[in-house]
Amino acid sequence: MNEHDGSERLQQQVKQAFAQHTPLQICGGGSKTWFGGAPQGEPLQLAAHQGVISYEPTELVITARAGTRVQDVEKILAEQGQMLPFEPPHFADSATLGGVIACGLSGPRRPYAGAARDFVLGVKIINGRGEILHFGGEVMKNVAGYDVSRLMVGALGTLGVLLEISLKVLPLPARDITLAHVCDADTAIRHMNQWAGRALPLSGTCHDGKTLFVRLSGAVSAVQAGQAELGGEVLEDGAGFWSQVREQQVDFFHDAQPLWRLSVPPTAPALPQPCWMDWGGAQRWWHAPLSELSALRRQAEAMGGTVQLFRGRTDHEAVFHPLSASILRLHQGLKQAFDPRLILNPGRMYPLDNE
Amino acid sequence: MNTSFPTQEPEYNVDEPSLLRALQAVLPAHALLSSTEDKRPYECDGLSAYRSLPLLVALPENIEQAQAVLRICYAHKVPVVARGAGTGLSGGALPFAQGVLMGLSKFNKILDIDPLARTATVQPGVRNAVISEAAQPHGLYYAPDPSSQIACTIGGNVAENSGGVHCLKYGLTVHNILRLQLLTIEGELLTIGSQALDSPGYDLLALLTGSEGMLGVIVEITVKLLPIPQQAQVLMAAFDDVAKAGRAVGDIIAAGIIPAGLEMMDKASMQAAEDFVHAGYPSQAEAILLCEVDGSLAEVEEHTQAVQHVLTQAGATEVRISKNEQERLLFWKGRKAAFPAVGRISPDYYCMDGTIPRKALPEVLTRISELSQQFGLRVANVFHAGDGNLHPLILYDANQPGELHTAEEFGSKILELCVEVGGTITGEHGVGMEKIDQMCVQFEPLELEQFHALKKVFDPHWLLNPGKAVPTLHRCAELGAMHVHHGELKFPELERF
Ligand SMILES: Cc1cc2nc3c(=O)[nH]c(=O)nc-3n(C[C@H](O)[C@H](O)[C@H](O)COP(=O)(O)OP(=O)(O)OC[C@H]3O[C@@H](n4cnc5c(N)ncnc54)[C@H](O)[C@@H]3O)c2cc1C
Repeated sequence: MNEHDGSERLQQQVKQAFAQHTPLQICGGGSKTWFGGAPQGEPLQLAAHQGVISYEPTELVITARAGTRVQDVEKILAEQGQMLPFEPPHFADSATLGGVIACGLSGPRRPYAGAARDFVLGVKIINGRGEILHFGGEVMKNVAGYDVSRLMVGALGTLGVLLEISLKVLPLPARDITLAHVCDADTAIRHMNQWAGRALPLSGTCHDGKTLFVRLSGAVSAVQAGQAELGGEVLEDGAGFWSQVREQQVDFFHDAQPLWRLSVPPTAPALPQPCWMDWGGAQRWWHAPLSELSALRRQAEAMGGTVQLFRGRTDHEAVFHPLSASILRLHQGLKQAFDPRLILNPGRMYPLDNE
Repeated sequence: MNTSFPTQEPEYNVDEPSLLRALQAVLPAHALLSSTEDKRPYECDGLSAYRSLPLLVALPENIEQAQAVLRICYAHKVPVVARGAGTGLSGGALPFAQGVLMGLSKFNKILDIDPLARTATVQPGVRNAVISEAAQPHGLYYAPDPSSQIACTIGGNVAENSGGVHCLKYGLTVHNILRLQLLTIEGELLTIGSQALDSPGYDLLALLTGSEGMLGVIVEITVKLLPIPQQAQVLMAAFDDVAKAGRAVGDIIAAGIIPAGLEMMDKASMQAAEDFVHAGYPSQAEAILLCEVDGSLAEVEEHTQAVQHVLTQAGATEVRISKNEQERLLFWKGRKAAFPAVGRISPDYYCMDGTIPRKALPEVLTRISELSQQFGLRVANVFHAGDGNLHPLILYDANQPGELHTAEEFGSKILELCVEVGGTITGEHGVGMEKIDQMCVQFEPLELEQFHALKKVFDPHWLLNPGKAVPTLHRCAELGAMHVHHGELKFPELERF
């Protein structure tokens, strides 16, 4: 990792863009250009802005520059027996911490440990006026001022350029085990919800249409007790399996058709197969042509959730589930408050100009 | 009565008779209080040194009435302060003389519990502890457990992002809610979040949590419920030195264990608690740690042994393990009763709420005791040690002229100390009216401006709990606490008052 503080250069570039009304596309490692709306504008390069600024294992906090590669962060943590609890997908080795946080991506552990936003303690950003601002900090509990740090998570850089991020980290579990149960989707949904209501050390669940996979993590005794309670076949390479699930490398995701992500209540009924289900039932993946957009939105809403065109966007469809008029107005207002000239990552999320 | 609290209330020109008439038209007579006697119980929250009578108290009984009240206040340009149980410790629910206090105590119903999906949908006036009681038959509970949980409301918890003794492992309010229904100042009903784990767009759920009633009035909440652990056990360790106890906390975490709760009390608070509830604390110790481990029977056993070992290695003079559920609850009782216990040994106390990096604990405690000497006031420390959240309780007597003021000065020095060592002025009690001036120390002018711009999105006319939580730049400049960077101080076209 090349330690490098690019804040000043980045700030100058944003200030100039503000003065000249130049749209900017914020570029990290380029591993997720396909995510959200299509990037447009002049590139603002974050990848060189990297390095871990502070890491105190016993404080459970790490602070790193946004361009730091996620895999580097994870390596440094692992050396101290710790991890990013939200288990973010990388989608490529080049993935940066800033990119993961801006996209708000979390992996299999999400329903049990929490999402990216749950572990963000503080950020340093450049807003759309080119001002460098700090929010939150490096302590676990902090309610001074509005929670702007968490607001940045999943905002796709449209409210600010992430410069530094402080995250809560956790110890790596002493033991992991993955158990496989052959069952249909309805049974899997019932199991996942029932088991989450029992004191079991769950850390991942998914269903591929035929088999329910359950990961248990924690103290050796807790994992053993959980295994005794749940039974099922032990999967040999559990770690490899969950990494493939996290990175969407399992067979289900090898399909040329657009990939849709449904975020729904975990008890929502099963969708027709083939459907990949994870997050205890709260996340459902489906392949379908773009022509299904409206039908899928209706379906997701009927299930009490929303749908996102995760992969396979074209220039014509909105990627994210539409917001109600009032919520959209709040989004536009927030955009104005942070980026009045709409220069940061335009088009990456929703059309946020007021017109 | 003391009225010397900080104020930065904008000027409002309220047409009182017309406001009263409008509200009378939408609320039943018993839901609108206007006599001084009726309004008296609402003049302060848990920070009782700050008092102010509101113009009117509205106690709506349903969403339509609350909506109507807000619409009227909006039309009349009258400030509105929402109030739950009034246990807040930062003056967040302190009324405005020119405003309406909207109490949500009538919103006290649990609307739905879904045991399979593990959620409860409740009205904001439901008390925190009641949710866990209702979930208990399903083997579930609501994790965040502020010490005030038998009294405080879930609406207040969301507005303050409250924590509890179990938040190191189970998180704060923000980690344990899924969905809110919010009334805007215009009276519009919005749904934020859903029963799914995430929603598209900006994370408004996080933004609203901890926003201290400044962005909207919460009228419904869906919380997550967790399975009740099979077993829980508390280890109580005594130390002859506060710094040793502080280091022991880091050692437990370094051993890879995240306890369900990890609390510390210094000698003063421990003795007060012991005298009050007889929890069996070793009164000779300089500090005690309470460490709860939970999980399956085997896991509790495994972790208890590990923690016991760490504590002994860290120099504990005594380690006791709760023998049964009764003793576990007794150990906690002393901790949860620490504030009232301190209230028994001093006519008044002033509770501070800074968070610090844990490693700074010995230094911070030393400097607090120096400040204690300097200001001539005693202090007792209660500490959510696992997450670095420190509650120094400053003992004073409001009947002694000047003592409240001295206590406040002492308190603000403690908060500045927290910022100096890399921490924050408030971990869980909020800024409210109380810490408005310390916000000038923690944030730069541009950051405060960003907060103001954000508030304006929700509340363009500054009517929702205005003047709290975020100081005006003007105020900070007057205090001289503003950081001046590169010799330039930016004053934008913000309203100033
Ligand atoms: C003895 C004692 C122990 C405490 N222990 C803890 C603790 O361990 N952890 C902790 O975090 N806190 C603690 N507190 C502080 C306090 O109990 C919490 O802040 C609590 O969440 C406040 O809830 P409340 O219903 O009393 O809110 P109130 O005091 O009535 O209001 C608090 C704030 O929330 C706003 N508000 C209230 N309801 C709504 C609503 N429906 N919509 C919008 N805004 C609203 C108010 O305007 C105000 O700004 C303690 C207090 C006491 C007195």
